[in-house]
This record gives sequence, structure tokens and C-alpha cells, in this order.
Amino acid sequence: MTGTARRRRRRAATARAGAPILLVVPAVLAVVFLAIPLLGLLGQTPWRNLAAELAAPKVQTALRLSLVCSLGAVAISILVGVPLAFLLARVEFPGRNLVRALTTLPMVLPPVVGGVALLLAFGRRGLAGQWLDRAFGITLPFTTAGAILAEAFVAMPFLVITTEAGLRAMDRRFEDAATTLGAGRWTTFRRVTLPLIAPSLGAGVALCWARALGEFGATITFAGNLPGTTQTMPLAVYLALENDLQAAIALSLVLLVVSLAVLIGLRDRWFPTA
Amino acid sequence: MLRSWIRSAVALLVAAMLAAACGSDDQPSAGSSASTEIKVFAAASLTAAFSELGPQFTAANGGTKVTFNFAGSQALATQIQQGAPADVFASADTTSMDKVKDLVGTPQVFASNQLQIVVEKGNPKGVKGLGDLASADLKVVLAAPEVPAGRYAQQALDQAGIIVKPVSQEDSVKAVVTKVSLGEADAGIVYTTDVTAGGDTVDGVDIPAVQNVTATYPIATVKAGSNQAKAQAFMDLVLSSQGQQVLESYGFLPPPTS
Repeated sequence: MTGTARRRRRRAATARAGAPILLVVPAVLAVVFLAIPLLGLLGQTPWRNLAAELAAPKVQTALRLSLVCSLGAVAISILVGVPLAFLLARVEFPGRNLVRALTTLPMVLPPVVGGVALLLAFGRRGLAGQWLDRAFGITLPFTTAGAILAEAFVAMPFLVITTEAGLRAMDRRFEDAATTLGAGRWTTFRRVTLPLIAPSLGAGVALCWARALGEFGATITFAGNLPGTTQTMPLAVYLALENDLQAAIALSLVLLVVSLAVLIGLRDRWFPTA
Repeated sequence: MLRSWIRSAVALLVAAMLAAACGSDDQPSAGSSASTEIKVFAAASLTAAFSELGPQFTAANGGTKVTFNFAGSQALATQIQQGAPADVFASADTTSMDKVKDLVGTPQVFASNQLQIVVEKGNPKGVKGLGDLASADLKVVLAAPEVPAGRYAQQALDQAGIIVKPVSQEDSVKAVVTKVSLGEADAGIVYTTDVTAGGDTVDGVDIPAVQNVTATYPIATVKAGSNQAKAQAFMDLVLSSQGQQVLESYGFLPPPTS
């Protein structure tokens, strides 16, 4: 890839320039600051009982539920988020910037606020919720569907933003060429566009999934906390913290490993190695 | 596109931080000397009562400021174990106080609290007692068994031989009241004081004394605290008739006489 080559050349230039001390000191401080909490967690991990802690039924239930909810949130995000990314990247429409701002809002909004907002919208007395309740007898709070919804609300922006960036960065001439050669819209999408944006899409899905897996505030506020129904991993960590620090640390470690795995999986995209 | 987005996100974050910094002007600055400030770690259910006692303490103690950290008692105990800078610890149960017994002075019980069923204003579902909570068409929320309020509620239900299937085990007793006041849940079991604090949005249904559970609130000074004298002074205020009066006005009962 020419992009990689270019990046590699740039890295070589940086290395030749040397590292000014004015940058090194604060940079090292930043690394230490980010690394120490992780070391604290690892230092307190009950390695000997780790297997037993993780095999506890309560932990297993939370793990399974977390998997179901986070994958559900990713599915929703792909289903409606990717089309949204296409519209944002490709179609000029009035209020597009407003829509984009709205889409990214959950990324900067405190998740608890998101949870309250969801409650006021989809709760039993909520804006849309009371209608759902009356028309279909559906209430979302305190259900697994509610937990999925909360996670999707918080995680979807990561997929939309990343996919849109990928769409904007890609060379559209390939699509034009495909069309000129007689490929239909669907064929062009499937054979040209999709492969070209696959890295962005993959990164977006991974980020979206990791964010959904770590979601706490919106879930506990909107969906509540019931083992097996809405108590996902982060909620289990928080509750375990109340009376069982060891279990909380063991659970935290699982989330940490997953987060690291996602980052390592994405390293070629974000941290290109020479 | 991504870059411009990141730029605006950073701008937003910086703005939010600035706003937060400006908003907290009235708080004592982090750099102020330890002698003019004490930190009180108190159970979430004490929020309203202690917030009223704070200024009274400051006025009576030459301007010594009180900063409160309100949270679940168990979480507070964990924080103290991990070395959080607390001068006084007021817990909603003896279990949490026991957890830190090596780190605090002699605890004294300063109040007690009882359980009540919290329902929506006007009690639309006609809940009369604990027995009604077993009904399948009633959405009941309890506090999680990990927090004191949840443990007490479970104790009361067990004593009465009632099996309740809650739709959620909330992380704090305040969250139970919120879910009921929003109409998401029909009933919950909370402290009497939480129903009082819930104001116009909720009503309480009494639980008869034989079924009820009494929560006792111990308070103690933290040995590692930076200001033992002022910490003791705060504890004295809570135990004084002045402090007891404030607590009573928020629905707390006096310490059980035994």
C-alpha cells in the first residue's frame, strides 16, 4: 500500500529529527498516568482464584448477557447506522450538519444523561414509550431489549463516524469505473465500495462493540439491574464493588483483556508498525 | 472529516471542563490547608439531613468547611479501605462500619430508620402491605442485595415469608424511589426517609412493626483523617439534640434504646 509507505517515510523523518526534551517529559508523564491504573488493577488481581472467580454462576450469567446485549447493539447499529453513514457521506441534504451533530452527541453526552433521556422517551410514561405500551403492550425498561437499546444508543455513533470517514476517504473513481463498465448499483456496492471501506467498517464495528460491552451509565439508568436480564458485566463490576472487591477486580480484568484485544486487532489501522 | 470532528469534540470537552471549573467556584479549592476543612463520607440516605447540618457546623466551628461524599455505605467503606481521605464516616448499616473497624474510632449509633413501601402518588395500584408485592402484575423494584437497603428489604420479605420477583435490583435506594416516581415501577421497598425525601411524587405505605426491619446508623471518626478535633466536633453535632432534631425532621428515628 502506498499509504503505508508514505507513513513509514514520515516516521523515519521524525526519528531523524530526534526527540526534544520539552516533549519527552510531559509525554512520559502521560504514559505513566495512563499505565498506573492498569498496573494497580493487575497488582491486585487474585491470580490464584481467578479461574474460580470467573467460573462463578453470577459472573457467567453477566458474561453471557454482556455478549448478547453488545452483539445485539452492534446488529442494530449496522442495520441503521451504516445506511446513515452513507447518507451523511454521499447525499447533500438540508440539515445534514445538524443530523451529524445529533448522531455524535451520545459520544460526548454522559451516559447517565443518555439513560435518563431514554427513560423519558421509551419508559412506560415516556414520549414514545407510552404509545408502545398502549399499542403493543411493550415496555422496554427492565428488559434485555432495553439494555440492548441503551448500549446501541451509546455505541452506534462510533460505527457511523468511522464508516462515514472511510466513505469520504475512498476514491470514488473506482465506483465510477465500475458503473461505466456496466455494473449495477448493487454490484458496484458489493464488489467495489464494500471491499474499499471494509477496513473502516471493521474498525467501526470493533469500536462500537467495545463501547457497547463497556456501557454502564445508560444501561443501569434505563434498563435497571437484574442478574440474567439486564445485569451486564460493567454493572456486575459496580455491584460487586459494594461487597466483593476480588470479584470486581476479576470482572474488570475480563473487560480489560477484551479492550486490549480490540486495540490489538485494530493496530494495523491506527498504529501502523514498520 | 474525522479530524474536524475530533477538533470539535475536543473544543466541546474543553468548554465543558471550563464550565465545570467556573461552576465550582464556591467549593473550597483543592489546595486549601487541611485544618480548615473536613471530609465527611456519609450514606446516600443521609444526603438531605447532613446537607442541612453542614452549614450549621461551619457556623459553629470558626468557618471550618465540610465536604460531603454521599454514596452507598458499602462503596464508602471500600473507598476508606483504599485510603480515600475521609475524616468522618456515617454508615447506613453496621456491616459497612465493621468492614473498616480497624481504620476508625469507636462508632456510635446516631439514628435509625425503618422500611416503607414506596408507591406512586395516590397509590393507584392499591398496595396495602408487603403481601401485595408478590403479585405478578405489579412491577416491583428493590435495592440490590449488595447494598444495605436491599439487604434489609430482603430480610423483611424473608421474615414475612413473601417471595417477590423484582424487575430490577437498583444500585442505590434513591434509584428505587426514582423508578417509582417516574412510573416505571409500581412499588419498591425503601427507607421511610426516602419516601419523605421523595416529596410530592410518591407516597409511602407503612409496614407493620412486626414485619419491619430497623436500620441503625453508626458514625465514627477516621483514624487517618487530617483533623481529628474537627472530626470529633462534627460527630458531636450529629449526636447533639440540635443534630437529632434535624435528622428527625427528615424522618429519621432516634437510635434504638437497648
